[in-house]
Amino acid sequence: MTDFEAVIGLEVHAELLTASKIFCGCSAKFGAAPNENTCPLCIGMPGVLPVLNRQVVEFGIKTGLAIHCEIQQRSRWSRKNYFYPDLPKGYQITQYDLPICLGGHVDIRLEGEDQDRSIPLTRIHMEEDTGKNIHDAHTDASLVDYNRCGVPLLEIVSEPDLRSSAEAGAYLRKLRAILQYLQVCDGNMEEGSFRCDANISIRPQGATELGTKAEIKNLNSFRSVERAIDYEIERQTKAIRAGESIVQETRLWDTDREVTRSMRSKESAHDYRYFSEPDLLPLDVSADWIERVKGELPELPDERSARFVSEYELPAYDAEVLTARKDVADYFEAAVGIHRNPKAVSNWVMGEVLRIVNDRKLDQELVIEAWPVSAQQLAGLIALIDDGTISGKIAKSVFEDLLDNDKSPASVVEEKGLSQVSDSAELESIVDGVLAGQDDKIAEYRAGKEKMLGFFVGQIMKKTQGKANPKLVNEILRKRLQSN
Amino acid sequence: MSDLISLSIDEARRRLDAREISSLELTEAFLARIEATQGKLNTFISTTPEMARAQAEEADRRIASGDAGPLCGIPVGVKDIILARGTRTTAASAILKSYEAPYDATVVARMRAAGAVLVGKLNCDEFAMGSSNENSAYGLTRNPWDTDRVPGGSSGGSAAAVAARQCIVSLGTDTGGSIRQPAAFCGVTGLKPTYGRVSRYGVIAFASSLDQVGPIGRSVRDAAHLLRTIAGHDRLDSTSVDNPVPDYCSALTGDVRGLRVALPREYFADGLDDDVRRAVQAAAQQLQSLGATLEDVSLPHTEYAIATYYLIATAEASSNLARYDGTRYGVRLGNDSGLLGMYRKTRAGGFGPEVKRRIMLGTHALSAGYYDAYYAKAQKVRTLIRRDFNSVFANYDLILAPTTPTPAFKIGEKTDDPLQMYLTDIFTISANLAGLPGLALPCGSSADGLPIGFQLIGKPFDEETVLRAGDAYQRDTDWHTRLPQ
Ligand SMILES: [Zn+2]
Repeated sequence: MTDFEAVIGLEVHAELLTASKIFCGCSAKFGAAPNENTCPLCIGMPGVLPVLNRQVVEFGIKTGLAIHCEIQQRSRWSRKNYFYPDLPKGYQITQYDLPICLGGHVDIRLEGEDQDRSIPLTRIHMEEDTGKNIHDAHTDASLVDYNRCGVPLLEIVSEPDLRSSAEAGAYLRKLRAILQYLQVCDGNMEEGSFRCDANISIRPQGATELGTKAEIKNLNSFRSVERAIDYEIERQTKAIRAGESIVQETRLWDTDREVTRSMRSKESAHDYRYFSEPDLLPLDVSADWIERVKGELPELPDERSARFVSEYELPAYDAEVLTARKDVADYFEAAVGIHRNPKAVSNWVMGEVLRIVNDRKLDQELVIEAWPVSAQQLAGLIALIDDGTISGKIAKSVFEDLLDNDKSPASVVEEKGLSQVSDSAELESIVDGVLAGQDDKIAEYRAGKEKMLGFFVGQIMKKTQGKANPKLVNEILRKRLQSN
Repeated sequence: MSDLISLSIDEARRRLDAREISSLELTEAFLARIEATQGKLNTFISTTPEMARAQAEEADRRIASGDAGPLCGIPVGVKDIILARGTRTTAASAILKSYEAPYDATVVARMRAAGAVLVGKLNCDEFAMGSSNENSAYGLTRNPWDTDRVPGGSSGGSAAAVAARQCIVSLGTDTGGSIRQPAAFCGVTGLKPTYGRVSRYGVIAFASSLDQVGPIGRSVRDAAHLLRTIAGHDRLDSTSVDNPVPDYCSALTGDVRGLRVALPREYFADGLDDDVRRAVQAAAQQLQSLGATLEDVSLPHTEYAIATYYLIATAEASSNLARYDGTRYGVRLGNDSGLLGMYRKTRAGGFGPEVKRRIMLGTHALSAGYYDAYYAKAQKVRTLIRRDFNSVFANYDLILAPTTPTPAFKIGEKTDDPLQMYLTDIFTISANLAGLPGLALPCGSSADGLPIGFQLIGKPFDEETVLRAGDAYQRDTDWHTRLPQ
């Protein structure tokens, strides 16, 4: 049987974090009351003309430079014409034949691989977002909210060079991280500020020609992207094996049923009648402008990861995980800045902290201030472990007590009397108490049953509610068990 | 009263500043004139007497406080394709029947700031698509010189109102001759400025790369006053150009000595009406007698101008008019017919036949498979036409040509033949394709007593030379002072 390989290209739409929309002064912020952020321009009143927000271009250049594109010193705007209620002018102002960025690449590394793979990009262009159609079930009316209309977007198009859902996921996560590091996009897939369409085809392993592709829409989480790609590869493979041919079409991902469904075929595709936008001048970007933006680029995920390895002596894996999100890396560095035990901080961040952050879906937030445990609290907690005040185990329970308040770890330990018992005399008497009347078990230990030691430790911990200093307990126990 | 409505801007200014008359008196005289003649001519879609009186009173206060510029207290009319806050703005289309402008076009805001008095919104062809003002959903406009004839278009109301002394000056828009052709038909003076000289913000778009707002008056001097007020860079229109605005009136020196005037052969070819040919040649000789030099030149791509124009203009229009879909404002039809049904019924019922014809033509020109043969090719020819002008302007200061092939034609004469109608713009279209300033002014009278006009086309942003030559001509002739009965 022929083996097939998948050919996947991704189109990402990233909403930009500019204060105002791309062609008018309205706020571009998410979450306002319907149609609050609108004006004659962005609802397409007669006579209005677009005025370009230069910040959008700056963000385009910044993104292009960060992912190694060639910034085009002359690009231009085009109109993409189609009728839909969420598109007030009847056309979208976008870039078509001359986009702002060409080429570029995003480097990804799959788990378990020891080398990066460079995913080539086709282009980046700028455009305006559309509004949103809403169906009101109560009145059976169709409503339109134009708040999003005119919010600036970057469309980042990869070459069809991804081979699996895992690669697609890694590419998207990396791209999102870069946009977040650049602070040009918040990367929120659920709110739609980071959206992805996938073009998927398959071909016999080793073939060079592309197969017929399907474009998959409505992918609003990383999981959806990965599941939809897997589903689509399987669907196409089965179809071809069954002797059917693939139809070029747009398909929608059904999140609940986890299938893709046909939306429209190529025959019914729009003719967008692109032509260059006469209301805007060609966009000229000076070499000076590009140079200035280049000089202002922040540290990006790859550089930061390398620095974490060299500066904090973290394993490459830790550095990769911590720097995959700017907020996580910032949090890590804030904690290490207070208590310099990078490996311990890394373990806690990758374990407890990210568990809570992900559970609470704070992974969409870029502000670590909103996190339930501050970097300062975490650092304080680890300091208490390192100075022997509490054990790692106790620390986990203290951590829970720190959630959603600004108590210091030390005060929680004090309040609850959780300080470790490190007083030898006290511990000796506890040990003696536990050993009393356990002669048969002591005999078993002495006969070579090493694991009885664990049994005694458990008993002691039980008696001290886990507060006994485990190192001291071990020492005392061994001494007592050896001597008669 | 009749002397008040015949005043030029300078005369009115002198009498207003001397407090011999008030702006309110002047405005009342024009409102009365409109009242008396609107029924016959149908020049206005809406009149705004209350707004006009309030503005006149405000102007009088400014005049009293010594804070009056050239246009303060002067009654003006505005083509109904230009938004003026507080007025209904229809673009002469049924689809915008009850559309209230929510903001001021930049040109209107500048006129208001100058203290001008807005007497009403002037009739035109629907969305400025037409050459006779017969394509208005609010009824056709009649030519004051002969009410059986068209006033030209699309700014027919703007030209006819000035000729009929319903306002001192007016604003029109010119996409392919829409100021100059009606100015010629109505015996008034109209200027299409350089593309980018005047802001298009708030002007309902027909063809964005060609549209330009300009003044119409009974003299070059009046037009120059209005141009000075509206011209200049506007942050809200990215295609407006940030060049300094000269004082156009002080450029009117009357001196044309040494001015090199080119006469393009292609504009004097067969098909030109004999009366028109004679009048335009006489105008050229008049300028020569004033010290200008005349020479024949060629603009070899002239014959492609109409085809080029009707591809580019309609392509842009098909996109610009997509917003009139019944969703957010204007007329909505077929509310119960689903989305597609609403679109279809709204646009089928809201647009007139010429607008639909152009939307279809433009949509076709941009369609996949036709784009290269039509739209892309038209853009290339546009470049060639522009080069024709560049090479002439390397050696000449002005181009002189007829404005229209014939004087005003009869109402209904060309409505069944769109191609004949399109040909009436044959001499004006090229200046739009090349983005050049073009001034139309009267230079004669036909055997039927109808006005004949000629035009002066200048270098980009050289409105001064165009206006100077036109003004020098008017100092020496009286065609512009003649009034319809
Ligand atoms: Zn807006």
